[in-house]
Amino acid sequence: MKITLKVWRQKNTNTEGKLVDYQLDNVSEDMSFLEMFDVLNDSLTRKGEDPVTFDHDCREGICGTCSMYINGRPHGPQTGATTCQLHMRSFNDGDTIVVEPWRARAFPVIKDLMVDRLAFDRIIQAGGYVSVNTGSAPDANEILIPRSIADEAMDAAACIGCGACVAACKNASAMLFVSAKVSQLAILPQGQAEHRERAERMVAQMDAEGFGACSFTGACSVECPKSISLDHIARMNREYLGAKLASDNVQG
Amino acid sequence: MKLESKIPEGPLAEKWARQKFALKLVNPANKRKYDVIVVGTGLAGASAAASLAELGYNVKAFCYQDSPRRAHSIAAQGGINAAKNYQNDGDSVFRLFYDTIKGGDYRAREGNVHRLAEVSVNIIDQCVAQGVPFAREYGGTLANRSFGGAQVSRTFYARGQTGQQLLLGAYSALSRQVANGKVKLYTRTEMLDLVVEGGKARGIVTRNLITGKIESHSAHAVLLCTGGYGNVFYLSTNAMGCNVTAAWRAHKKGAVFGNPCFTQIHPTCIPVSGHYQSKLTLMSESLRNDGRVWAPKSKEDAQKIQKGQLKATDLAEDARDYFLERRYPAFGNLVPRDVASRNAKNMCDEGRGVSKTGLAVYLDFADAIKRDGQKVIEAKYGNLFEMYEKITGENPYETPMMIYPAVHYTMGGLWVDYNLMTTVPGLYALGEANFSDHGANRLGASALMQGLADGYFVIPYTVGDYLATIGPADKIPVDSPAFKETEQKVQAQINRMMSIKGTRPVDDLHKELGHIMWEYCGMARNAEGLQLAKQKIQALKKEFWSNAKIMGDAEEMNQALEQAGRVADFIELGELMVDDALNRNESCGGHFREEYQTPDGEALRDDEHYAYVAAWEYQGEGNPELLNKEMLEFENVKLTQRSYK
Ligand SMILES: Cc1cc2nc3c(=O)[nH]c(=O)nc-3n(C[C@H](O)[C@H](O)[C@H](O)COP(=O)(O)OP(=O)(O)OC[C@H]3O[C@@H](n4cnc5c(N)ncnc54)[C@H](O)[C@@H]3O)c2cc1C
Ligand code: SF4
Ligand code: FES
Repeated sequence: MKITLKVWRQKNTNTEGKLVDYQLDNVSEDMSFLEMFDVLNDSLTRKGEDPVTFDHDCREGICGTCSMYINGRPHGPQTGATTCQLHMRSFNDGDTIVVEPWRARAFPVIKDLMVDRLAFDRIIQAGGYVSVNTGSAPDANEILIPRSIADEAMDAAACIGCGACVAACKNASAMLFVSAKVSQLAILPQGQAEHRERAERMVAQMDAEGFGACSFTGACSVECPKSISLDHIARMNREYLGAKLASDNVQG
Repeated sequence: MKLESKIPEGPLAEKWARQKFALKLVNPANKRKYDVIVVGTGLAGASAAASLAELGYNVKAFCYQDSPRRAHSIAAQGGINAAKNYQNDGDSVFRLFYDTIKGGDYRAREGNVHRLAEVSVNIIDQCVAQGVPFAREYGGTLANRSFGGAQVSRTFYARGQTGQQLLLGAYSALSRQVANGKVKLYTRTEMLDLVVEGGKARGIVTRNLITGKIESHSAHAVLLCTGGYGNVFYLSTNAMGCNVTAAWRAHKKGAVFGNPCFTQIHPTCIPVSGHYQSKLTLMSESLRNDGRVWAPKSKEDAQKIQKGQLKATDLAEDARDYFLERRYPAFGNLVPRDVASRNAKNMCDEGRGVSKTGLAVYLDFADAIKRDGQKVIEAKYGNLFEMYEKITGENPYETPMMIYPAVHYTMGGLWVDYNLMTTVPGLYALGEANFSDHGANRLGASALMQGLADGYFVIPYTVGDYLATIGPADKIPVDSPAFKETEQKVQAQINRMMSIKGTRPVDDLHKELGHIMWEYCGMARNAEGLQLAKQKIQALKKEFWSNAKIMGDAEEMNQALEQAGRVADFIELGELMVDDALNRNESCGGHFREEYQTPDGEALRDDEHYAYVAAWEYQGEGNPELLNKEMLEFENVKLTQRSYK
């Protein structure tokens, strides 16, 4: 099939970017979306032009590296899938596809379609863990966890940290990402000891990074490749409120 | 070079305890006087960095991705082994040890493997304490499944995302130490060389992938946890960025490379669909618990299927050949990976393959769905089935999956002693980057186990011994000549690559290397093909250095330049793999030399002449590498021909 691409090109964080048109005439419907970019980059290089920079690694929907905003939707038209899992059979011959980077103040563009998502790491560093040193754990079966609880924790833990939720949100809020981790650890007995400070610290870091406020439109969950549920946001709000009422240990 | 494995004396089950007692300790107050560099933040690197920081060492951790959480370990699906015997089905540390040694076709060290089995139980405890949501039974205890090469159920899992959950556990421990100020993270940073001075590892030289800046980092010890080199085949189940660069450049600085030709081909991957294919996707081995592998009995049927005139579901039961169940009644579909892969290849070679290309066999769930109901199958494998459908557009609940073997894992790697130290003092290798525990074939669910064993439970003891021996003063600054020279060398190589200005994109050269390796040094090898491969690789090396085309600048984000460095190293490694495969005149595990097979087509080992680790020593540009042999001694298992019948 024939595809017209309009791709965001930006040399680096400090320069302006713009959409540039590319024509591809020989796209197979079995190709993945990123393989189409490989083909484009091969031809650009042969022509002596700069190939398009884009983030990717596992190419199977689990590392959370790929991040393209395709025709106005993070990770493109398919729900429950990342860009690397998108195949050209989702498009039609003759389509024009607009491809941009994630847009959010907290995710500055590094080059072309690649953005900086270190803010997510800093949020986890603020409290997304159970404080247990290597070697100090009891036997694994001493902590009994009902299957339903384990399953719910796993649902939350499935987040791949891609940032699509932020890109999908008109306020660029990171609530879905943050709540998934808070919720996973709040549900499990192992996470109980620190559950109050955890919510408070992670939310404080989220705010400090410049993510917007959550107005509960649900766009994040719809676009999330792992279909992380809005219930986690509700749970986090409870955790957070509880923490605010009970403690004064974390400022802002 | 004399290779000292440093395996402690004494009975097998006491070796590790004895060693732990014999190793020197660094006193708690002195730990903060030592700096340790950890390259890689996968299971091995993240667990090592977190554990060492918890002990009080100052750690610098590096990865090429934008976040440590994205290391390739994240992609592991099926599970992690541990000898917990929670199922009361006869498992034990010795059985896990035995299965691993046998599965590796008797080409691994007894001492290391036994230690691995011993600490496996601690890993599960640690991960659960971190909040890893392993699958549970209704009563709340941990659930298990079985994996290839074992007759007990010892594999722990978190849906089909075990690697993800284990890595996120290690990443959370690492993040906690970043917050504590004990780990400094360097993301989007690639190690491009090792600095060796006075016979010791002193630090590394890196490139900041965003700015292109070349930088030096000095430490008392360097840990390479940089993963495997399966991407030498271009197409593999590895993430696109997986590479051998760190290990290879350390090799050129004196670290001996063990068994480079031992690669694992995984039997259950989604077949190739076209020339644009960039990677292959694994369908977890756990699927073989319930899926039945088959090919059409007759070539005629297979051809019709290839042409689209017949569908899998049209074939009657007696027109199907469940070839693994037929040939290996005891293990059936759960034979080890090398055996399953080779059998699938044989079917296709006989013309009985399916799919448009004829390079696929079926993995069929119809019986399991009939037996257990779709719900049960969905609960076990839902996300894998979904993944399959996304890629192929076919629904595996209705029609059998099509699978074909693909490169998946590399058992070879930097040679290390029992303490995980390479032949360069102060340089360690952990996880898939080392050669140590899987012999000639790795059993499923054992790589995650090994990565975490190395990082959580081995290196915290062994690195202390070295640090206590050298003392805190034994470190050199980054402005010393050894660092400056290395920086210049790295810069010169980059300049050289940027100035080739040829006509072929690097990706295209990488693809060519992949074809050569897969064709001649893949699932089956023979001397003639390997000789030819050697010539082709040497020609490709010339082509690379005269005709590669890299656009953009070196002083900015430049993905083609990153790939160029990796491909240059893969080409050199490829030649060594071929040499190693040529040297090993036997078949064992994943290394199948067509000249050496039993009458019924199984791998024919030659224990008399090849029960050794082939450890290759770099001899300078253009010179053949020197072969060192570490003889393997088996005191606790009897070497037999592996039989899964
Ligand atoms: C699809 C798939 C499924 C698998 N499933 C299973 C399974 O179910 N069970 C099992 O036991 N095993 C499985 N494996 C194998 C297992 O996942 C790997 O062997 C293991 O995760 C490797 O871990 P590692 O820590 O050694 O390396 P990796 O996780 O590969 O990490 C390597 C790290 O090194 C960094 N790095 C590499 N080079 C450089 C450099 N030059 N400079 C800086 N940083 C660098 C990377 O950024 C990364 O952080 C699977 C593998 C694949 C491909
Ligand atoms: S919540 Fe969903 S969209 Fe947001 S980072 Fe996690 S996986 Fe991505
Ligand atoms: S590249 Fe890993 S999720 Fe897309």
